[in-house]
Amino acid sequence: MESIGNIIVYVVIALAITVFSVLTVTTRKILRSATYLLFVLFATAGIYFQLDYHFLGAVQIAVYAGGIVVLFVFAILLTHKPGQDSDRIASHRRWAGIVAAVAAVGVCAYALLSVDRWCAKELPSMQELDITTVGRALLSTEKFGYLLPFEAVSVLLLACIIGGVVIARRR
Amino acid sequence: MELTVLMYLLPALVMFGCGVYGFLTRKNMIAIMISLELMLNAVDINFVVFNRYLFPGQLEGMFFTLFAIAIAAAETALALAIIINVYRVARNVDIDDVSKLKF
Amino acid sequence: MPFSLSIAVVALPLLMFLVLGLLDDRLGRRAAGVLGTLSMLVVTVMAYGVSLTYFFGTGQGQIIDGVRQTVTVWNPVWLSFTDTLVVRMGVAIDPIAAMMLIVITTVSLMVHLYSLGYMSNHEGEPEKGYQRYYAFLGLFTFSMLGLVVATNLFQIFIFFEMVGVSSYLLIGFYYHLPAAVHASKKAFIVTRLADLFFLLGIMIMSFYTGTFDFDALVGTGGAAAHTALGTAHTALGTAHGATFMGLSVMGWALTFIFIGGAGKSAMYPLHIWLPDAMEGPTPVSALIHAATMVVAGVYLVAKLFPLYVIEQGAMDIIAVTGAFTAFYAAAVACVQSDIKRALAFSTISQIAFMMTSLAVSSASGELIEIHGDYGLGYMASMFHLFTHAMFKALLFLCAGAIIHAVGSNENSMMHGLHKHMPITSIAFLIGCLAIAGIPPFAGFWSKDEILVACYHKGLGWGLWMSMVAGLTAFYMFRTYLLIFFWSEHKQHGHHAPADAPWTMTLPLIILSCISIVAGFVPAHKLVTFDGEPLHTSLDWTVAGSSVAIALIGIGLAFKLYYKENDAPARMKAAATGLWTAAYKRFYMDELYQFITHKIIFQCVSKPIAWFDRKVIDGAMNLMGTVTQYCASAVRPLQAGKIQGYVMTYLIGALVLAVALIVCVLV
Repeated sequence: MESIGNIIVYVVIALAITVFSVLTVTTRKILRSATYLLFVLFATAGIYFQLDYHFLGAVQIAVYAGGIVVLFVFAILLTHKPGQDSDRIASHRRWAGIVAAVAAVGVCAYALLSVDRWCAKELPSMQELDITTVGRALLSTEKFGYLLPFEAVSVLLLACIIGGVVIARRR
Repeated sequence: MELTVLMYLLPALVMFGCGVYGFLTRKNMIAIMISLELMLNAVDINFVVFNRYLFPGQLEGMFFTLFAIAIAAAETALALAIIINVYRVARNVDIDDVSKLKF
Repeated sequence: MPFSLSIAVVALPLLMFLVLGLLDDRLGRRAAGVLGTLSMLVVTVMAYGVSLTYFFGTGQGQIIDGVRQTVTVWNPVWLSFTDTLVVRMGVAIDPIAAMMLIVITTVSLMVHLYSLGYMSNHEGEPEKGYQRYYAFLGLFTFSMLGLVVATNLFQIFIFFEMVGVSSYLLIGFYYHLPAAVHASKKAFIVTRLADLFFLLGIMIMSFYTGTFDFDALVGTGGAAAHTALGTAHTALGTAHGATFMGLSVMGWALTFIFIGGAGKSAMYPLHIWLPDAMEGPTPVSALIHAATMVVAGVYLVAKLFPLYVIEQGAMDIIAVTGAFTAFYAAAVACVQSDIKRALAFSTISQIAFMMTSLAVSSASGELIEIHGDYGLGYMASMFHLFTHAMFKALLFLCAGAIIHAVGSNENSMMHGLHKHMPITSIAFLIGCLAIAGIPPFAGFWSKDEILVACYHKGLGWGLWMSMVAGLTAFYMFRTYLLIFFWSEHKQHGHHAPADAPWTMTLPLIILSCISIVAGFVPAHKLVTFDGEPLHTSLDWTVAGSSVAIALIGIGLAFKLYYKENDAPARMKAAATGLWTAAYKRFYMDELYQFITHKIIFQCVSKPIAWFDRKVIDGAMNLMGTVTQYCASAVRPLQAGKIQGYVMTYLIGALVLAVALIVCVLV
């Protein structure tokens, strides 16, 4: 039996994710869309905290909410006039999107629900995941060590920086 | 009441569905990128939830998510740079105007 | 002088063709002409050196045991398909090749020199394409020289085609005139058709004998000749057994090869291109269509003579064709009013003389009798080829000078030119006397030996050819008198006609001199097919009678055409039908038109064209249409709409997922 507090937190998070996700893709003001995205990302971070992955939650807030959303906002401000609404979506396009989304959700939901042994699984207890463990795993080359992907990602980020400079440079 | 796997996965699924819908319907390229972030995020949640519930002592799912976030950040930065460049040329960010990809 | 010079003799004209053809306008007009003529002079000197060494020199291996040998100067393998199928390309000199070297280079040099004046202007303006003209002359000379020094049948065939091409190019030199274009096409197509038979003949021949080389087929010279003939005979023996329509396989092969030669040599009924070929520049007619290319057929038959001797059937075909053509062409020549046409028919007739002479040469039959008068007709034919080339080139060049002065080909525009153009008149007279066979001019000696050979074959043959010789004398003097006498010259053009400049008269004088003395060349000692001297003596009965017939022909011509009178008109009126038929060349061209247009085009070409257009093109179009249709059907898939791509991807992924669920979970 979960504590009531946990359940309340969960309900808030689940509601936030559901509502703000829908709002993100339905609002016609692009800046609002970015803001709702920010809320969704915060709620996601909440899930991570609730699942005891504090480091991941922190990364989620710092990188996603703090970095990517800011990038979005910059891009929006650079390419849109204030108060500009997006065009109304053509109905055949909307229906095609709805059908596709519902079909995708339906297939996935059926797949989830058909495996009922997961549904009843309780949250197993886990030792506190301290930052030392994460750091050692990230920079270790032994089994369950992640140095190689870590370096790969660092190279990727470097390439990304250069690429961003090259692409965005005024010719 | 127990908080089961399913209870975390269903909101993620809704998030994913919204991402699909937005990606397919929006004409604004930035909105499409936002939808893309939604889908990515939903997948991240799946990794973490499965990791936490099924293999509590290990960290694979968590690290997957960690790297996914890093890559998503990189990808978004580049995509937005491209979109801004497109905007410089076309004076808008409408996906329908960017159809030269067929060549 | 080493024989290897003969390679340079052949190669230099090709070099000139390349140089003049590639430089074209970058070279001045005068420079091109002088360069071409000078190089031709060098070629001539070298060719004379080679030939005279071959005929009169000693110690170069050309005579062994009193028998003249074929000297193979150079004979590398050109194409090697299999061990047995090897095509060589080389230079070999035998008596007739050496003689042809002299003929070709002499006439070619004269024509080069003559053209300096003749081609310098065209209707008052500088001739365009002067350089092109000299380049083509070089090409032709190269091809013809390559033809005569060929070491094998395949090489002869290749050069046969090349002389055909250069003849085509030169006939069509005035390509802006439709008549010249038609004439060049006609010449090319007719000779090409004949060459198809030539190729067939070569294929049959080489299939049965396993070789292209003349050495193996008909090696000349004494013992070698006997052995070669023996092997050839054995090789042919295998093919001898089978017969088809009265001729053995080899007979057919040789007949086909003769057809190839007949196409080039304008034998009836393949003669139709030669009169039209006169649309080309007159010096070209002199070089190609009187002296050299048209005797290529005779040369070909002569080259394979030892094989023809074995095949009496093929020889009979040649003899009959030759005798008929000689008469036919002479009869047509009697009524032509265009002097170049008259000369063209005269050429056909004279070449037919050579052919007939070759063909009757085998009259006395057996292979053993190789030293009898067996080779007389062969020798006479080659001798006539030599003398005819000289005096016919002379006649054509004279005609060119006259046309140059008068500006027309019709003899009605000429009349009475003797006073205005004395040098040309005398040169033309010498040519006429030579062709008529009046001693001591060149034609007498060679024609006399031809007639002797014909009388050896049979009295009928002899009388027929004597009659044609009389006709020859008549029509040549008719032409001569109509041009230079008949009536006073009426002033047609803006200035009085006069003798041409020295570049044109000098060749006339040189060729006149040659025409006078060429008969004294001891051909019977030099140009015999077995390489041994032939012992001949002048047969005074034949010689006397032929001179008498010639004199009768000349006398008749003088009576009718010396002074203006109405006798010719009355004769024409008396036999209008015959006259018109002869003037229209007995309707041969019309017959060809009928066969090609009405029968071949209607019945064969049109259905083929229909099939090609509807069925073959239709199938191609159908494939194109179907492809296009499919392409336009799938094109929207690649429209550049990213969301469309994603939608497709999503549908695919969902289908896969559903399939997975259905297979695994259910």
